[in-house]
Amino acid sequence: MVSSLPLFPERASTIGADVDHLYFFLLAVSAVFAALIFASVFYLAIRYRRRPANLRAEQVPGSLTLELTWSLVPLGLMMVMFFWGADLYFRLARPPDGAAEIYVVAKQWMWKLQHPEGPREINELHVPIGRPIRLIMASEDVIHSFYVPAFRTKQDVVPGRYTSVWFQATKAGRYRLFCSQYCGASHAQMTGWVHVMQPADYENWLSGGATGESMPAAGERLFQRLGCGTCHRPDGTGRGPSLEGVLGKPVLLQGGAKVLADEAYVRESVFNPDARIVAGYQAVMPTFQGQITEEGLLQIIAYLKSLQRGAQP
Amino acid sequence: MSTTLLEPGQEAGRNYLNADYSIRSWLLTTDHKRIAILYLVSITFLFVVGGASAGLMRLNLMTPQGALTSAETYNKLFTMHGLIMIFFFLIPSIPAVLGNFLVPMMIGARDVAFPRLNLLSWYLFIAGSLLAMVSALTGGVDTGWTFYTPYSTTYSNSYVVMMAVGVFIAGFSSILTGMNFIVTIHTMRAPGLTWFRLPLFLWSLYATSAIFILGTPVLAISILLLGLERIFGVGIFDPKLGGDPLLFQHLFWFYSHPAVYVMILPGMGVISEVIPCFARKRIFGYNFVAFSSVAIALIGFLVWGHHMFVSGQSVYAGMVFSFLSFLVAVPSAIKVFNWTATLYKGAITYHTPMLYAFGFLGLFTIGGLTGLFLATLAVDVHVHDTYFVIAHFHYIMVGGAMMAYLGAIHFWWPKISGRLYPDAWARLSAVVIFLGFNLTFFPQFILGYLGMPRRYHAYPPEFQVLHVMSTAGSSILGVGYLIPLVYLLWSLRYGRAAGPNPWGAKGLEWQTPSPPPTENFERTPVVTEEAYAYTGEEASVDA
Repeated sequence: MVSSLPLFPERASTIGADVDHLYFFLLAVSAVFAALIFASVFYLAIRYRRRPANLRAEQVPGSLTLELTWSLVPLGLMMVMFFWGADLYFRLARPPDGAAEIYVVAKQWMWKLQHPEGPREINELHVPIGRPIRLIMASEDVIHSFYVPAFRTKQDVVPGRYTSVWFQATKAGRYRLFCSQYCGASHAQMTGWVHVMQPADYENWLSGGATGESMPAAGERLFQRLGCGTCHRPDGTGRGPSLEGVLGKPVLLQGGAKVLADEAYVRESVFNPDARIVAGYQAVMPTFQGQITEEGLLQIIAYLKSLQRGAQP
Repeated sequence: MSTTLLEPGQEAGRNYLNADYSIRSWLLTTDHKRIAILYLVSITFLFVVGGASAGLMRLNLMTPQGALTSAETYNKLFTMHGLIMIFFFLIPSIPAVLGNFLVPMMIGARDVAFPRLNLLSWYLFIAGSLLAMVSALTGGVDTGWTFYTPYSTTYSNSYVVMMAVGVFIAGFSSILTGMNFIVTIHTMRAPGLTWFRLPLFLWSLYATSAIFILGTPVLAISILLLGLERIFGVGIFDPKLGGDPLLFQHLFWFYSHPAVYVMILPGMGVISEVIPCFARKRIFGYNFVAFSSVAIALIGFLVWGHHMFVSGQSVYAGMVFSFLSFLVAVPSAIKVFNWTATLYKGAITYHTPMLYAFGFLGLFTIGGLTGLFLATLAVDVHVHDTYFVIAHFHYIMVGGAMMAYLGAIHFWWPKISGRLYPDAWARLSAVVIFLGFNLTFFPQFILGYLGMPRRYHAYPPEFQVLHVMSTAGSSILGVGYLIPLVYLLWSLRYGRAAGPNPWGAKGLEWQTPSPPPTENFERTPVVTEEAYAYTGEEASVDA
C-alpha cells in the first residue's frame, strides 16, 4: 500500500469539483506558458549558440508591441483566474440557508466536536451525505486550522473569536482531518477523521450515541446557573433585553447603529458587555470572562438559537 | 570625490586582498570589497547550518512516523532552517556580498557613501546571527520563522525572545545597507553614468534598498510588540490579554512579503547582467526590465494579506489582496519574456554563470506560475499551509534567488579573487544542483495538492513515496552545493589568473584589474555608452 504513488486527492464535497476545475484551468494555463517559455529558451539557446557560422551577435531594437503583448495577455488571463477564484471563495464563505450546525472547539492538541442533538466527539466527526453542514469553531489556546483535503476546504480557528466553515459531503467514507496551522509540539498529532454517512445511518448513529443531553438543554442549564435569566427575562421587563428570537436578527444599538446579533455578537456581549449595548439599556452587565468555557458559551448560543426557532428543548 | 590616481610609486600587483594581511586590517576595514568578503564568509557558514537543519528534516521525513527526531526537535529544526535561511542567508546574500562588492565598482566610485556605516552593518549582522546561534544551541525556538501569536507570546517554552532580538538587530544591518546603497547610487555615479545607463543589477538593488528602508522598521516594531507581550504580558496579540492575533499576522507579513522581493529582486538583477554578457547582446527592453523592478517593490507592499485568506480576515479584504497579488505577477512576467527575447540573434556560450541563468529562468518560471495558484482565492484555501506552498516558495527562493546567487558568485568570482575556477566542475555542479533541486521540490507540489500539511514531523503513510523522493533529491542537492565550495577554495590557490575581463563583459567593474586595487580605479572612468553596449564582435570568452 505504501508503494503506490498518489497524484490526486479524493474528492467528497460539492465544492470540491468546482475547486478542482479551477485548479485544472490554472494547470493548463501554466503548462502552456511554461512550455512556451522553456521551448523558446531551448530553441534560442541552441539556434543562436556561438559557433563558426554564428560568431557575431546581431543587435535588435526593443519592441513596444511585444512588451504590451506579453504584459496584457497574461494580465487578461490572470483576471479570469481572479474572478473565478473570488466567485468560488465567496461561495465558500457563505453557507446555504438551512445548514445544520455543528460546534467545534480546538485546543492543543485535539478537536472537540458537539452536535446540537447532544453527541460529543473527539478527533472524529460524523456527518450525513447531501446536507450542508456549518461548523462554528472556537479555540481555547492558539490558532489552529480545520482542514479536510477531500472537501477542499480549510479555515483557521482563532482564539478570541468564532470562525466558521461549511461543506456538503457527497460520498460516504472516511476522510482525513488535519490541523494545518502550526500549533506546537504535537501539531502533527492533531488529526482525525470525518465519517461521511448515508442520512439513515447518520440518524441511527445520532440516536444511538445520544447519551447526554442536547446542546440547547445544556445551554439552558448553564443560562440558569449563571443567572443570565435574572436580567434577560423573556418578557423584556428585566434590566437586559429579552434574548428570545434575537439570534440572527438585526438589533438597534445605543447611538442608533445596528448590528446583526450573530454568534460573534453574543460572544462579545458575554466577554465585553459594554462594547455594543442594545438601545434602551444601561451598561450594567458584568463580564463573564473566565467564568464560562468555550464549550459552555457555544451551548448557550445553541440554547438561544433554539428559543428563536420556537422549539423548546 | 572619487578621482583616484595611483601614487606614482605604487607597485603593480597591489590589490585589495594583498594590501594588508593582518586580522586587524580585515576586522576594521572600511573597504567595501573586504566587507563583501566578510559577509561572504559569514553567510556561507550560516548557509551550511541552515542547510544541515533542512537535511535533518528531510531525513526525518523518510518514514511516516518520523525516522529521526522527536516532534519537539523537528519543530526546532524547521524554525531554525527558516530563520537562518531567510534572515541570515537569503536577505543578505546578493545585496550584502555582491552588492557591497559591485555597487561602487559598477558606478566607478572608490567606495560606498558611508564606508564606516557599512562596516557597522556587518557587525550588527554578526551580533544578530550570534544571538540567533546562541538561542538555537542553548535550546532552540519552536515557533516557526513566522512567530505567529499567541503561540509565540504565551504558549511556546523556547528561546523566542533571544532569537527575536537577533532578527531585530540583523534588521538594522539591512536598513543601513539599504541607505548606503541608495545614497551611493544617487550621489557617486561616474561622469556620464546617467540613470538609464545604469546596469540593471543596480536598478534591482535600488528597489531592494527601498524595501529595506521602508519595510524593515515594521519588522522591528512587530518584534518589539511581541517582546512586550511575551516578557511583560502587555496585551497586544493574545486575546486572553485583550489582544488580536491577526494584528500580528498583518504586521508580520507587511514586512515579510516585501522581504520575499528583497530575496528575488537582486537575483533578477544578476540574471540581467549574465544573459547579455553570454549572449553578447544588449538586453531586450531595458526600460521595461528596469521599471518592473520598481513596480515589484511598490506593489509588493500591498499584497501581504494573501497570506491570510483562511485566517478569518474579511472576504472583501481577501478579494483586494488577491487582485493585487495578480498585478504584482505582471512585472515578473515582463522580466522573464525580456530575458528570453535577449537570446534572439545572440552568439551564446554556455559558461557556468549562463547555465545558472538558464536554471533560474526555468525554476523561476515554475515558481512564478505556481504563485498564481496561491493568489487564486478558492484554490489557496485548499493548498494554503500545505507542501504546495513550501514547493512554490522554494522554487522562488532556492530555484530563483539561490541559483542567481551562485550564478553571480561564478560570474564575479574572477573579479573578486583574481582567479579562474575549473569550468567543467562548475558546469557539472550547476547541473547536479538543478536536478537535485527539482527532485526535492517537484514532488512537494503533488504532496500539497493531496493535502499534506506543512510543519508535520510525522504524516499519514499514503504520502511516503513522495516524501522519500524529496529526501533523495535533497541529498543530491546537498552534494551539488558542496562541489563549488571545494573548487572555489581550490581556485584561490591553484586557479589560473583571471585577467581583468575574462568574460569579455561590459560594465565598469571589468575595466579594472582582478582583484581590483583598493581604490578600484586608477582614475575615475567616464561613461559614454549605455549598459550592455555589446557590439556582438567581442573576443570570445577567455575562461
